[in-house]
Amino acid sequence: MISHLGSYSLIFCTIFAFLIILQSAKLIGNQSKIFLKKIYTIITLQLFFVIFSFSCLLIAFVSSDFSNITVYNNSHTEKPFFYKISGVWGNHEGSLLLWLLVLVLFLFLFILDTKNYDNKYKLLTVIFQEIIILGFLLFIIITSNPFDYIFPVPLEGLGLNPILQDPALAIHPPILYIGYVGTSLIFSSSLAAVINNTVNSEWAKQIKKWVFLSWIFLTLGIMLGSIWAYYELGWGGFWFWDPVENVSLMPWFCLTALLHTILVLEKRNALKNWTIVLSIATFSLSMSGTFLVRSGILNSIHTFANDPSRGVFILTFLFFLILLAIIVLFIYLENDKKNSNNFNILSKETAVLVNNWFMMYFLSVVLIGTIYPIFLEVFTNEKISVGPPFYQKLMIPFLIPFFIFMSFGPRVKWIKDKLKKINYTQIIVFISSLIIAYIIFSNSSVSYLFSSFLIAASIFLVLNSLYDFFSKSVQIPQKISHFSFSILILSILLNGIYSEEFNSNMKVGDELKFIDKTIKFKGINFDEKDNYKLLRGDFEVIDSGKNTLRFNPEIRIYNQPVISTSEADIKTNLFNDNFIVFTLLKDNEIFNVRYQHKPFMIWIWISIIMLAFGGTLAVIKYGK
Amino acid sequence: MNSKFNIKLLLIFFLFINYSFADEKIKRIDKVSKNLRCLICQGQSVYDSQSEFALSIRDLIIKKIDEGQTDEEIYDYLKVKYGDWIIYDPKLDKNTILLWSIPLILFIFGGLLIFRKVIIIK
Amino acid sequence: MVNKKIKLFLILSSTIFIFFTLYLGLNKNNYYTTENIVYKKIENFESYEFFSNKKINFKNISPDKKYIILNIWSSWCLPCRKEHKNLTELRENIEADLIGLNYKDKFENAKSFLSELGNPYDIILKDENGLISIEIGAYGVPETYLINNINKKIIKKYLGPINEENIKEIQSLVNQ
Repeated sequence: MISHLGSYSLIFCTIFAFLIILQSAKLIGNQSKIFLKKIYTIITLQLFFVIFSFSCLLIAFVSSDFSNITVYNNSHTEKPFFYKISGVWGNHEGSLLLWLLVLVLFLFLFILDTKNYDNKYKLLTVIFQEIIILGFLLFIIITSNPFDYIFPVPLEGLGLNPILQDPALAIHPPILYIGYVGTSLIFSSSLAAVINNTVNSEWAKQIKKWVFLSWIFLTLGIMLGSIWAYYELGWGGFWFWDPVENVSLMPWFCLTALLHTILVLEKRNALKNWTIVLSIATFSLSMSGTFLVRSGILNSIHTFANDPSRGVFILTFLFFLILLAIIVLFIYLENDKKNSNNFNILSKETAVLVNNWFMMYFLSVVLIGTIYPIFLEVFTNEKISVGPPFYQKLMIPFLIPFFIFMSFGPRVKWIKDKLKKINYTQIIVFISSLIIAYIIFSNSSVSYLFSSFLIAASIFLVLNSLYDFFSKSVQIPQKISHFSFSILILSILLNGIYSEEFNSNMKVGDELKFIDKTIKFKGINFDEKDNYKLLRGDFEVIDSGKNTLRFNPEIRIYNQPVISTSEADIKTNLFNDNFIVFTLLKDNEIFNVRYQHKPFMIWIWISIIMLAFGGTLAVIKYGK
Repeated sequence: MNSKFNIKLLLIFFLFINYSFADEKIKRIDKVSKNLRCLICQGQSVYDSQSEFALSIRDLIIKKIDEGQTDEEIYDYLKVKYGDWIIYDPKLDKNTILLWSIPLILFIFGGLLIFRKVIIIK
Repeated sequence: MVNKKIKLFLILSSTIFIFFTLYLGLNKNNYYTTENIVYKKIENFESYEFFSNKKINFKNISPDKKYIILNIWSSWCLPCRKEHKNLTELRENIEADLIGLNYKDKFENAKSFLSELGNPYDIILKDENGLISIEIGAYGVPETYLINNINKKIIKKYLGPINEENIKEIQSLVNQ
């Protein structure tokens, strides 16, 4: 019953989408507020029906209504309440419904936000956004309806993969989707501004907060996914360069570039065309992400159950939007040459361009690395893997110039600056970074010349960002974000260089030496919880200072579906994480034990949160 | 201010200095196995996996290292058996020339664009 | 103006090119198999005969036969149990020796597996640590290889349990 209601309200939404597009197209050029009200009413109705439809699915999940096939496939009566809710978007169909919900909600908020703006601009944005909404609606109804039912009604559901029953992963999709969907609004409004010929400071001021908002959520969404991978997959890493992870990183690079460029457009009324191209590219990359993940074209750890017809639909829709954008740009975009002036080499404008240059480079590495294997296979039928070494080799060398540039960039003034900014303090800071890096490396046995330069450059960046805290020419949100970014980079690098791991097979009672530590496997015990049984290991790690750390990692055997997972036990402090995870091997008495020592893990998460916090301050400031 | 911060950093770093590093051979086994895809597991490396296939491959790496083979020789041996798919780090050859060069070409191209935008007027 | 048209043409054609490539990519199977890596020579290796533990060189196996069929199996592998009757059928209807390669198994378990289901193999070799399977290019159990015994090249590979169709194919390949 409830599924029928949900299904019907989606059809209503589709009708509304058509109505809105037609009405808006008719009204363009008409400045009357009365007609506009009519459109707003339909949009509000549309929002209501999407929320209603989403609630129907939510109720179906919470009440374990197994006549609904999505619920049957992804839920179970014994599942904890929290995961019954997160189960709504933990699957392909439900997550699309969430996408749709955020799409419509954002359009609604956008309308509220642009009360005093030009009608034509607003109507055009509504049209483009509704085209996207319509595409998603059709996609859901035709290929992935979450309200399909089965008969006879099964008594019990198949359950949610236990590896997905994790708090970080439960909120990861909504946060990430808000980021993705935010970019759709940037796409629509930039096309509208192009047609309306209002790509200017004022538009930049208005769209800026949407850019920041998307960026904040995308940043946090990526972090949550990464936290999940770190805690749940039990491999000790937080980033695997898996295609699905890359797909979320690509729009992030693009959005970060846009975040900086939009400021140039706002302050200097320059880089118009480039801003538009970035706006369109960001959304296209978010959509390509959806395509690459949902179509099953990539071989990844996290592929959704796939169906070729879905892939064809998204691909066609994605290229329809891209072609639409290209055509709009070619018809309406003015030649930048007429109204553009060149930048002085020592100016904030140039600094932003250099930032964009690096962002676009990193983006191209990730993009090419992710889709190249698809292209190669189509043309030569050969399969290759592009894994972490590729990304590291192409990106790490570029980090050094990037860090050095980023140390100065934020301080440069608009229009024209003088060279004497690079003064004696800088030289002192530079030399002290080199010395610190030298001390680190001369005393450790990791003696790669390259790593020491890399660390030196990142310390240089940290010291400079810290110095900027006391500078008047840099704004507070920027100070916080840049400083957190430098800490993020430094923690990632130190973590990468100094992580140590021990991987061996052990029996209960075994004692093994690892560098200066002793790892004792003291015992195991059994326990039973609501929806899983568990095997708890008892480990002790004793370091050279006779400090003992106790670990209780778990092997869980879930009952619905029957899947066993390994839960790592992680001891975190400010300086490092200690991590033990164990898995059962084929012979029942031997376990594979992995101990890892990972310095500065917590700083990676803290700095990302700080980074997003800086962005939030910016939104609050610009929102006024 | 800077010097205070430096001292803190120094203290943090001294914590690491006492480490001596694990046996070179184990390091090499780990390094090679991290660069190999476990073919029967979704998205896991040989290092991360505990499947029979991954365990055998690890035995093989040990044997080849004992025989005095280089990492490259081990990769080449496995590539003949299982195809390029098994290696995470694609080697530069006619199939991957574009993979390695497109990002670099784009970087140079981007640099030129900025150069044009910036330098023309004084 | 001409410049703009050329630009538009270039951008549109590359977009369409990417679209079609991705479209074709969709139809490719994204699960990797090594089934197509054939016509490779298997280098000589040493192993031990399953029952007698006598040392055997791969190059000296079945010297009078033009073809051999190598089957990788294990008592702990369920699909191996499933394909067993097909293997027996294959052995009875073919002019080639069936060589078993016992993969990472316990001797006792393997022996009772054979006494329960019968032993279709002409010779069984042992692969205790899985290295011989890697040498051949296998990545799981069961796998079956049709090998030209003169030049030791792999003619055809079957991943997973063999079925009636595979048997027919092997027969026609051997009879050629």
